[in-house]
Amino acid sequence: MTGALSVLFGRLGPDALPFYSWVAFGGAVVTVAGGLGFLILVTWLRQWRALWTGWLTTVDHKRIGIMYIVLALVMLVRGFVDAIMMRLQQAMAYDSGGYLPPEHFEQIFSSHGTIMIFFMAMPFMAGLMNFVVPLQIGARDVAFPTMNAISFWLTAAGAGLMLISLVIGRFSTAGWTGYPPYSGVEFTPGVGVDYWIWSILISGVGTTMSGINFIVTIFRKRAPGMRLMLMPMFVWTALCSSILIIFAFPALTVATAMLALDRTLGLHFFTNEDGGNLMNYMNLFWIWGHPEVYILILPAFGIFSEVVATFSSKRLFGYPSLVYATACIAVLSFTVWLHHFFTMGAGANVNAVFGIATMVIAVPTGVKVFDWLFTMFRGRVRFEPPMLFTIGFMCLFVIGGASGVLLAIPPVNYATHNTTFLVAHFHNMIIPGVLFGYLAGYIYWFPKAFGFRLDRRWGARAFWLWLVGFLLAFMPLYPLGLMGMPRRMETYGNPDWQPLLIIAFVGAVLILFGILSLAMQLWVSVRDRAALADTTGDPWDGRTLEWSMPSPPPAWNFDNVPVVSTRDAFHAAKASGQPVRTEPDDTPILVPRNTVVGPLIGFAGFCVGFGAIWYMWWLALAGLILGVATLIVRSFFDDTEDEVDPNLGARTA
Amino acid sequence: MTGPIAEAEAELMWRAFWLMMIIIIPVIILTLVVAWRYRASGGKGDYQPDWDHSRALEVVLWGIPFAMIAVLATIVWNQTHRLDPYKPLPGADPLRVQAIALDWKWLFIYPDEGIGTVNELALPAGRPVTFHITSEVAMNSFMIPALGGQIYAMAGMETKLNLLSNDVGETEGRNMQFTGDGFSDQTFRVLSLSESDFEGWTEKVRQSDATLDVATFAEISKPSIAAPVSYYASVPDGFFASRIAHFIGSEHSHSGGTQDQ
Repeated sequence: MTGALSVLFGRLGPDALPFYSWVAFGGAVVTVAGGLGFLILVTWLRQWRALWTGWLTTVDHKRIGIMYIVLALVMLVRGFVDAIMMRLQQAMAYDSGGYLPPEHFEQIFSSHGTIMIFFMAMPFMAGLMNFVVPLQIGARDVAFPTMNAISFWLTAAGAGLMLISLVIGRFSTAGWTGYPPYSGVEFTPGVGVDYWIWSILISGVGTTMSGINFIVTIFRKRAPGMRLMLMPMFVWTALCSSILIIFAFPALTVATAMLALDRTLGLHFFTNEDGGNLMNYMNLFWIWGHPEVYILILPAFGIFSEVVATFSSKRLFGYPSLVYATACIAVLSFTVWLHHFFTMGAGANVNAVFGIATMVIAVPTGVKVFDWLFTMFRGRVRFEPPMLFTIGFMCLFVIGGASGVLLAIPPVNYATHNTTFLVAHFHNMIIPGVLFGYLAGYIYWFPKAFGFRLDRRWGARAFWLWLVGFLLAFMPLYPLGLMGMPRRMETYGNPDWQPLLIIAFVGAVLILFGILSLAMQLWVSVRDRAALADTTGDPWDGRTLEWSMPSPPPAWNFDNVPVVSTRDAFHAAKASGQPVRTEPDDTPILVPRNTVVGPLIGFAGFCVGFGAIWYMWWLALAGLILGVATLIVRSFFDDTEDEVDPNLGARTA
Repeated sequence: MTGPIAEAEAELMWRAFWLMMIIIIPVIILTLVVAWRYRASGGKGDYQPDWDHSRALEVVLWGIPFAMIAVLATIVWNQTHRLDPYKPLPGADPLRVQAIALDWKWLFIYPDEGIGTVNELALPAGRPVTFHITSEVAMNSFMIPALGGQIYAMAGMETKLNLLSNDVGETEGRNMQFTGDGFSDQTFRVLSLSESDFEGWTEKVRQSDATLDVATFAEISKPSIAAPVSYYASVPDGFFASRIAHFIGSEHSHSGGTQDQ
């Protein structure tokens, strides 16, 4: 009987429930209540059919983009709860245990990093790219719409595993980087690290497919006449980011798969014994990990470029410089991974070469900052919320860049590595750099997606709270790091650290109000949507093609495909007093039909992950078969598109 | 308590910091000034909506960060070689100390004195020290913040770190790399002693009843949090090397291999 049970449930048992601490139990209750609340709400509003046909089975890049961003915002809240819990623990934990037991604190810092990188920033970026890129290049959809849906659902499956780890079992304690041998079974048995591995493995496959999709889309689906050097800056950054994805993500997939083999089958890639070597993991991980930060930040740079030109009512200064700088950064990002472990004991030549290579990235990045500065120069700057986030970014990002150059000096790195100085540095890049960029993009393109603008005052409040909150939360971590405080401390005995940690907690509280302001902004704007309506499709006096169409655009985007002969094609058309030029085109407009392939493969991926985590091998196998069978069956479908007439709406071909 | 390595690392950091501030402070000020001066509502200054290129300006914009990085790169090359943690420090013959990271404590072996300690490290002030570092468990990172930067401790591998304490005093060293529940408390006392006090300290350790052998090592290898200081009057020859070698050998168990050594 127990044999049958163990085949059925693997190592899943009653002890997997979160009754080991009140905080964990509370987290589980909130997660379950959130999920149930959503289901009840949809049922109560009788929206299941609308949800299914309008969203869950859609292959429309705009709707997939919106779903990515909804996922990102939900995960932002979850990741932020982790963050403020850590800040509270460290503010309290001088000479005491604080309120979190060590194991729980460890799960929180591991899930915070994993969520914010993989399930907040990545989906946010993918969502913005999905929504914006086809509109900016004059395309009717991405190159592979069904694959696009599969990418989203695999990301959602990974996020689902992340969330369910709060309710069933425990999450990893090995940090978001999962360094072996600590992340091996010898030091961390149990399911935590497996949750981490499988959630990023499965979502990583989706991300890799997104990269392929966007490279093909940008190379093959541009409007007639849009040469590469006429593309909007955001498209350039999306292209470079996608190229980085397809080169970098396989390294992560391989590294985590090898770690899974070590843990599950007892292999020895990264173990202490039997010839394993942890440095192989660290090299692979950072060959992905360093490009990853540019995967995240290049599209943010693209958003800042769009925003700064639009809200300065001026052409982007130094467009060719910005393109070359972006490409330089993309190439250089693969040459610096070793700076994440200068302290492994490499020789001075190796460390110096990687230190200098790292600093070289500061050159094209510095050029970008100057180009944005000179875009505002002799412009007419409007302080709408996206522009506030952009100006805030420019001021804070250079500080993070400076601390990055300091960390790139190997002897300085020996003293600051693994300290809160490092934590301050990468948050200084990722919050003002990546997140401010994505929030600017979210507010900037929101009217295009929904037909009404977001409230300006709540947007400005959110910005100031994020700005001051960021400064208070992270500036103290620089001096703390110089005082020798390691990252990931559950308790400490140094009284000098506590005042700075209390300031950092206050900063986290301000960021909490920043997030609440964003929620208020959404609420107020939905309430006042009639007053905030965007009737022209061009609420910001925009410059690129997406503003030439109605808000929200029809499913097929463009009734007639535009013809492009200049940068800022829409602005040029407005200046000449003509509509955007189009080519007469008699070929029918084809719109890909909804399909259940995306959700099915996402579900299959979830089953593979959940089965592998709990050793429920029948489930993993069933998931694998379901996924492969879905793909095979789908490949026999020839008729996957509907023909539409812009004047009549959709009809079957 | 200070050391020339920590001082040099800090001095280098501040030098690079102020160098960069030459550019960064003007950039921040310019950003705010330009945004305000050219604001749409009531701003001053020209409006040239199509001005997007200036060859001279582009050269300057690439040139400024390039020049800055060229200066910094020269500094990095020289200082990385000067402050190479593997480079023995000038002066007297360095004291050799072998450090083994355990869960969650540090075992120190003084091979030339033939003694060992847990969680207490005594150093003669003014005499260079060469640490030979390894780990028996997950990857640790060995650091004495007051004396200078860190280096990883990895099982089956040996890393080195050269440090020097200028003056007599006491400070704390620790593991900087997260390794689990006992990580926060994985610190050790560092005593920087005069030459004669150091002699006295080694004598005190030699008076200890305990010796380090296979049985005691198996005992202290068991995970424990905030382990008390303990002294070992003698340590077998080649003990440190054997702890590294056993990870590379072919016959051993998977549980850390402490029982068969």
